[in-house]
Formats: sequence, C-alpha cells, structure tokens
Amino acid sequence: MPQYETPLGAGPGAGGPLIRFDGVVKRFGDNTVLDHLDFTVAPGERVTLIGPSGSGKTTILRLLMTLEQVTDGVIWVGGEPLSHMPKGGRLVRANERHQRRVRRQIGMVFQQFNLFPNMTVRQNITEGPVHSLGVPRGEADRRAAELLEMVDLADKIDAHPTQLSGGQQQRVAIARALAMRPRILLLDEVTSALDPELVTGVLDVLRTVAETTDITMLLVTHEMQFARDVSHRVLMFDQGRIVEEGPPEQIFGDPREERTRAFLHAVLD
Amino acid sequence: MDFFIDRLPLYLSGAGTTLVITLLGAALAFVLAMVVGMLGTLRNRAARAVATGYTETFRGVAALVLMYWMAFAIPQLTPYEIDPVFAAVLALGLNVGAYGAEVVRAAINAVPRAQIEATIALNMSWWRRTRSVVLPQAWAQMLPTFGNLVIELMKATAIVSLIGVADLTRVAQEQRAATGETIAAFTGALVVYFVIAQLLIVGMRLLERRANRRLGRLPASDTGLWALLRPPPATAIGGGRR
Amino acid sequence: MTWDWEFTGKIIPDLLDGLVVTVQATLLGYVLALVLGLAVALARRVPVLGTAVFAVMEFIRCTPLLVQLVFVFYLAPSYVSAFTVGVAVLGVHYAAYTAEVYRSGIEGVPPGQWEACRALSLPPHRTWGAVVLPQAIRRVIPALGNYLIAMFKDTPLLFAITVGELMYQASRIGGVYFRYLEAMTLVGLFFLLVSVPSAVLIRRLERRYAAV
Ligand SMILES: Nc1ncnc2c1ncn2[C@@H]1O[C@H](COP(=O)(O)OP(=O)(O)OP(=O)(O)O)[C@@H](O)[C@H]1O
Ligand SMILES: [Mg+2]
Repeated sequence: MPQYETPLGAGPGAGGPLIRFDGVVKRFGDNTVLDHLDFTVAPGERVTLIGPSGSGKTTILRLLMTLEQVTDGVIWVGGEPLSHMPKGGRLVRANERHQRRVRRQIGMVFQQFNLFPNMTVRQNITEGPVHSLGVPRGEADRRAAELLEMVDLADKIDAHPTQLSGGQQQRVAIARALAMRPRILLLDEVTSALDPELVTGVLDVLRTVAETTDITMLLVTHEMQFARDVSHRVLMFDQGRIVEEGPPEQIFGDPREERTRAFLHAVLD
Repeated sequence: MDFFIDRLPLYLSGAGTTLVITLLGAALAFVLAMVVGMLGTLRNRAARAVATGYTETFRGVAALVLMYWMAFAIPQLTPYEIDPVFAAVLALGLNVGAYGAEVVRAAINAVPRAQIEATIALNMSWWRRTRSVVLPQAWAQMLPTFGNLVIELMKATAIVSLIGVADLTRVAQEQRAATGETIAAFTGALVVYFVIAQLLIVGMRLLERRANRRLGRLPASDTGLWALLRPPPATAIGGGRR
Repeated sequence: MTWDWEFTGKIIPDLLDGLVVTVQATLLGYVLALVLGLAVALARRVPVLGTAVFAVMEFIRCTPLLVQLVFVFYLAPSYVSAFTVGVAVLGVHYAAYTAEVYRSGIEGVPPGQWEACRALSLPPHRTWGAVVLPQAIRRVIPALGNYLIAMFKDTPLLFAITVGELMYQASRIGGVYFRYLEAMTLVGLFFLLVSVPSAVLIRRLERRYAAV
C-alpha cells in the first residue's frame, strides 16, 4: 500500500472543487486504464465524459463510487480524501468506515438499473434513506411518493421491479439514487440498455433533475443531444487521458483535436 | 392390513419421535448452515478456514459414526452420559449442517455482483446488505437443495433406532420380533416414512414458491398441485457441492 | 479414562480388516448403482414402464436405507450372505439417485445432436452408444463421483445387518473390551482420511468435466 507523502491540507478546501482527481492511476493487472489522471469538477457542475470504448469512462465513475480502488493517486470529494484517509499527518488507504462516511454524498445510477428484485418499488427507494441515513420511515415514505411523482410512476409504488419495463425500472433507479439526497450523481450510460422508444422518458426525467436541482453530475452517455443540452462541460477521453475538454457547443460544434473529431464522426453517423 | 390398523397407535408414536428428531436436527442444521455458510463468504482468512474445517470434517464423517462416538466415546472421555436423542440430533445436525453450509455459501456467492454494487451506491452497511439484499435473494436459491437435505435428514433419523430410541424403525423392528410378520411390520414403516417425506416435500415447495414470488418470478408452469408433488431433483446427497 | 495407545495399536488390525470389507462393499455397490441407474434412466423413457419404474424409485429415494437393509436382510433366504444383501440394497438404493443424474445428463444433450443423428439415419444403438450417452455421461461424472463418496459414508449402516465392515468391527471391539473411545475415533479418522481427499478429487473432476 503506497503511503502518501502529501501533507494534510494540500487537498482542496471549502469553496474549491467538489471532486478532484489527483494523479489517479488505475491498473487492472498489466493493463493501465488511467494514467496519472488529473481533473476537477465544481459544485453544481454537470460534466459529460465521452470517448471510445475502453477509454476508462466507467472506471472513473466506479472509482468515485468506491466500487474500484485506485492503484495510485488520490481522489478528493468535498475537500476530503475518498480513496485515502488522514492518519498521523499522512494520507493512508481509506478503510471501509472512512469510505462509507465520505461516499454518503455520492449516488449512482447503473446501466442495468440493478433494482433489488426482492423488494417493491417503495422498499427499493426507502431502503437506503431508512437504513443508511437513519431517516424516519414516515418521512422516507413521503419522499418516495414525491420522487415517484416526479419520475411519473406514482401508481407503481407497490409494484415489483419485474413487473416494470426497462424504462420504468431505470426511472425507479433514478428515484432511488435521489432519495439518498446525494450532492453528486453518477450516471453511466443509463439509457444504453433500453429499447429506443423508452429512452426519451428517462432522459426527460434527468433533464428535470438537472433543471430543478443543483446536484453535481458526472455522466457517460452516447446521447449527444442530451449531453449538449444538460452539461456545462464535456471531457473527451482516449486511453485513460483527457484529450480535449470544453463547453458542449465547442466540443460538439468545433472540436480541435483530430481524435475528438474522428470519435464524434463515428458516433454521430 | 389388519396388522397395521391394530398397531396404528404404535406406528404413529414412532412416527412422532421420527418427526421430532427430524425437526430438531433440521433446526440445528439450518442454524449451522447459515452461520458457517456466511463465514465462508467473508474475506477474513480465519473465518473461511473455520468454515472449511467444519464442512470438510462433518461432511466427511457419517452421522452414524458421529452419533456412536457421542453416545459411547464421550461417556468414556467425560463423566457425562449423552441422552440418545440428543446425540442423534447433534450428529444429524452437524452432518447435514455441513452440507447446508456449502449450499448457503454457494447461494450467497451467486448473488450478482451488480446487486452488491447497488448496495454500495446506497451506502448500506455489511449487515444491512446481507439482511435485506443478499440473503433474501440467496434464499430462493438455497431452498430446493435444502428440501433435498431435509428429506435426507429425515431418512437418516432411522439410525437412532440403533441406540435404543423408539422411532418408527424401532417400532417396526419390535413388531417384527413380536409377531414374526416381517413384510407387514416393515412395509408399514416404509409407507409412513414415504408419507412423511411427501409432506416435507410439499412444505418445502410451498416455501420455494413464496420465495420466488417475493422475487417477482413464478413461472406459469409452476402452479397447481402436481408441481408441488414433483420429486426432488437429481443431486440430493451429493448436491452439497453443486 | 483417557486414550490408550497400546490398546489402539492392538485393535488396528481388526479395524483394517473392517476397512477392507467397507471398501469392497462400496465398490461393488457402486458398480451396481452405476449399471442399474443407467438401466432405470433408459427404462424411464418407455411410456408405461417408465411411470412404474419412476414410482418405485421415488419410493426407494424417500425411505431410509437402514430400514430397506434390515427388511431385505430378514426376507432374504438364509443362503444369501449379509454382505450380498448389503451390496444389493446399497446398489439399488443408490441407483435411484444415479438414475436421476443420468436422466439430467441425457436431457442436457443439445437437441441438435439428436437431429444430427436423425439426419445421418443412425440406428438407435449408434445414436445412444456413440453420440448421446458419451456426451451425457461425460457431463455427469462429477455428480456420479459425489454419490461414490456418499455411498462410502453410508456403508457403516451395513453393521446393522452384521456385515463385518469397519463400524461393525469397532462396535464389536467396544462391546468386548468396554472401550469405545479408541475404536470409534479411529473409525471417524478413517472416514475423514478417505472422504477429504476424494472431495478434493471430485472438485478437480468438476473443473475438468462439468463445464461441458
Ligand atoms: N474489472 C476489470 N478487470 C480487468 N479489466 C477491466 C476491468 N474493468 C475494466 N477493465 C478494463 O479497463 C479498460 C477501461 O474500461 P472502462 O469500462 O472504464 O471503459 P469505458 O470507457 O467505460 O468503455 P465503454 O464505452 O465500452 O463502456 C478496458 O480496457 C477494460 O477492459
Ligand atoms: Mg463503460
């Protein structure tokens, strides 16, 4: 386990970025997926990650959700290290307890929804708030009803996930993530597993979330129009590095890098 | 037939003893299977070593040998006598629990990784995740094999007759000795065993159905009485490791 | 009373004699179970006979081996040895299980294989003998192996009908010397000594064959 020489306080403080990748390296065996990656995301910012398959987009989101652990470097969230924790003036590998505390601010929606089949829609949404956050049952139920209203599934509150279409399941999954009141929401190709006619419903819900909340979002999507509409900034990745970044109008309208142009050309056709 | 009707009370009391030992043994086996099976899924090496040690030992030694050891060797080692029924329940529970632990371990490991990741995204604790996501989903997968193990345990209870407990087998033996009617005496016992087995099968199928309904999956073909009476699947004893 | 090593040494030869009988009974019973189980699995595919065979096997599977042993032991004519009865009952009892294993193996052969046999107009004995059974049996080898271990662990029941296997020797020694500790413990150890390595072996077989 590498011990970090970074003294305490070197991380971004309040008022700084909400997320910061600081020389993050991720390897799977010999395969270096992220190679000293640095980037930051400001509070309330919505950032879209694009790039060819295998460029490391999913890996970035999974590192933030602590589903994977960094090989090297530090990830900071809200001025606190997520991948590491301070100990004796140094940063050491975070233990489970530290990660649980810091990642409370982060929620994620998965490509395959990952709803719990043994629970109703209501239980899926209230499980986290009640048992991870200690929200009283009544309040969690009320909040679940509100969220289902927002995703237009109020009548499905007592349904089982298997009784829902893919699009409906994904909207429940969004409600479930929002019920945790995250500051940061991670969305990894949330419409890729859906039949084309169900995509719009899910994207509309996400547009509403973007318009009505100040949740910081990191999204990976192939829906370029949607990315252009909701994101403040687009990061183009290739082989674990940022090739180009900028506002969506510039990246989509006037890409500077040849690789970005080639990638967009390939997806948009 | 008259033979059997006259002796029905005897057979029923034997069946009662068989049933009590079955249920006590199953309860012990269930607790052991759950605890040891869960230990076997932990990352902690010591916990896994304990689990492996238990399963390999108690699957390796037959319940009969274990029961004799407790009934005859323990009084020699210690000043205590072990009640025969207690020795039998302990031996059967330890033995079947070892098979069950493998079933629990495999079922827990079979819960999709994506489900675990969803619990991390909801910041659940290990215990919460286990209680509300992992076990409910693994449960449906454990039940069919548990059903087979319960039948095997029920059949294995016959060994208590060898250390003097008046179970169904013992009743049959005594009736044969008293009357010389081998066929009647044993056929009676076999039929009662068969009926008990069928009752256990139906009970387990009801549990399975409920578990599957909770997961929102109940194939249309799996309804009606016939489905409840279907025989146990192929790997009953060897099934511990499948 | 505590462990007596000298006594232990004295009883080991008798226990080894018992172990030989245990192994013989296991192997003979297993061969019977393998052959009979296959016959049952095939018979189950015949319309009326199949149902009858199935009912009998289901009955055998749902009732205790011990009762079956004792029952047949009392019924058998006196010139049939207890050992023969033991092997026969073990074999038939386990055939009820191996039959189900074979059946699942046969059902697991892809339909395309049957269709290919039809397309080649293979006669039934070639369809079964050269195509279906080799594939079916290959995939059930680990499951069948599990039943060999299970059967080995069931052989102590034979002592109830006076077959001179391991358990019988141990309880005889116990009765003669009024010492059970050493003999019973050794029986347990013998079983562990055989069961644990064979479980490891089965796991290897599973890795090798089951994925087919
Ligand atoms: N668990 C893992 N074990 C080994 N290699 C992995 C693992 N997860 C990802 N990788 C590798 O890491 C690289 C980046 O994968 P990642 O999933 O982050 O790409 P991506 O940009 O999300 O691609 P896509 O657009 O196809 O989803 C790939 O080469 C992949 O093979
Ligand atoms: Mg991806």
